[in-house]
Amino acid sequence: MIGFLLGLPAVQHAFVAASLVAVISGLLGPFVITRRAAFAVHGVSELSFTGAAAGLLFFDNRLLGAIVGSLVVAVAIAILGAREHERDAAIGVTLAFGLGVGVFLLSRLRNFGTQATSLLFGQIFGVSTADIAVLAVIAVLVLAVTVVIYRPLLFASVDPELAEARGVPVRLLGLVFLVLLALTVTEAAQIVGTTLVLCLVITPAAAAHQLSARPGAVAGLSVLIALLAADGGIFASLSVDVTPSVPITTISFALYVLARLIGPRLRSRRRVAAMAAAASA
Amino acid sequence: MVEPTVRLRDAAVTFGARTLWGGLDLDVAPGEFLAVLGPNGGGKTTLLKVLLGLQPLSRGRGEVCGQRPHRGSAAVGYVPQQNAFDRDVALRGRDLVRLGLDGHRWGLRRPAHGAREAVDRAIAEVGATDYADAPLGMLSGGEQQRLRIAQALLGDPEVLLCDEPLLSLDLHRQQSISALIDERRRRANTSVLFVTHEINPILPMVDRVLYLVGRRWAIGTPDEVLTTERLSALYGTDIDVLRVRGRIVVIGTPDAPHGEADGGHHHHPSGDDHTHEPSEVTR
Repeated sequence: MIGFLLGLPAVQHAFVAASLVAVISGLLGPFVITRRAAFAVHGVSELSFTGAAAGLLFFDNRLLGAIVGSLVVAVAIAILGAREHERDAAIGVTLAFGLGVGVFLLSRLRNFGTQATSLLFGQIFGVSTADIAVLAVIAVLVLAVTVVIYRPLLFASVDPELAEARGVPVRLLGLVFLVLLALTVTEAAQIVGTTLVLCLVITPAAAAHQLSARPGAVAGLSVLIALLAADGGIFASLSVDVTPSVPITTISFALYVLARLIGPRLRSRRRVAAMAAAASA
Repeated sequence: MVEPTVRLRDAAVTFGARTLWGGLDLDVAPGEFLAVLGPNGGGKTTLLKVLLGLQPLSRGRGEVCGQRPHRGSAAVGYVPQQNAFDRDVALRGRDLVRLGLDGHRWGLRRPAHGAREAVDRAIAEVGATDYADAPLGMLSGGEQQRLRIAQALLGDPEVLLCDEPLLSLDLHRQQSISALIDERRRRANTSVLFVTHEINPILPMVDRVLYLVGRRWAIGTPDEVLTTERLSALYGTDIDVLRVRGRIVVIGTPDAPHGEADGGHHHHPSGDDHTHEPSEVTR
């Protein structure tokens, strides 16, 4: 049965799309945590719902609408929330109004209920070949830009004052990061739906943070956990008749709990080991 | 005559109608230890931002090592005012130091010749080798501060700018951090500009004091500047300077000059700061 399902183009598309999304979500996730931008992720993802609804209504293309919408939202958040203490409020304000607009747009559509459900909770097996191509291009783009700005972005995220003094364009990087995040979130929303994006963008990174303090290791673990959750979730949904969003959120949450349990011991042992190594050197 | 590393001529910074400081002339010699004192909102941190190229002068000229102050200068090391790192920040002590070397570079990290050795040396110089591989968030404030100093010293700067580096450290750590900076500037002839609200821990090593109060300022040795007469003239009110067992105690300073709001850098000592004697310099 599973073998038959795995042969279906729709299922293969789903695996490709989920893997692409997992890689960029896992890579950007640690920055979301360091920059305390979890609410921005939630805001952008909820508002990609509005973009998708507009896309459906005007172009009969929800992916296009979601992408354009999320870019508008990222820029709006960057402008309205330029100061850190204003940012959450700015996101909240934009989120509330944007969702209202989304509900209005959606009410203009004929099959309101079905469309709303698939936008909010994902419809991974409905990803078309054309959509896969768009998702892949965006994922490669996000990946390439992230690799180029990785170190300055890390510097600006952990130590903004010093990074600025060393010549890092901290504010510009903040905007670029929001744009990358918006694109990533939009892609993730296609897989797990706008309401469950956090399980791919935040949870794997949060788990990775528990397991290591090396920036490279955290990025790698975060990508790995996102891949396990996304692909594992799709696989599980083929054996149990349930929408993939459910096993994806479950797997990522379970891995997070596991990381919380073993993390403190790992990190403290690492410290002890480091001290022992230094003492014997 | 040795060329000064830091030079300001008739320098002023104004925000709208408010002059933070003006007419400031300053020459800092190589290897000199200059303490920058003054009340909150007096423009101490802004002076460092000017030298870092983050804040333009409204009037006058400034030079650091013969060049106009600019961001990313290799001649300047900077220890920003301490913000403790999050407990779970994904960074080891070593990674923080390394960012001081190449954190501003784009693209993938190329295997740089001698980079690791340079980082190791900087870490050893501040005595942080034992905990350089531990998660940064698990280190104490004093350990984090040592690593920040290692990061600032990595490029062998000619000028070291420190913004309240002793804040929230206990007395013992205040002394060891100050001694570390003092030893470095003597050995490498590094100029040190040390912003602080508390002169006593560094009094034995300070060559000169720059005291910024509103628009007025004074410069000279601690004995010249930290007197009842000079500070009373600076503040325009009666100030008493007492010397008690080698410590300097200033009594009667209004906390903010002319009742103005602070420009965004309050120096409230946190709970574990040892300065519970509110009468010490400017508190």
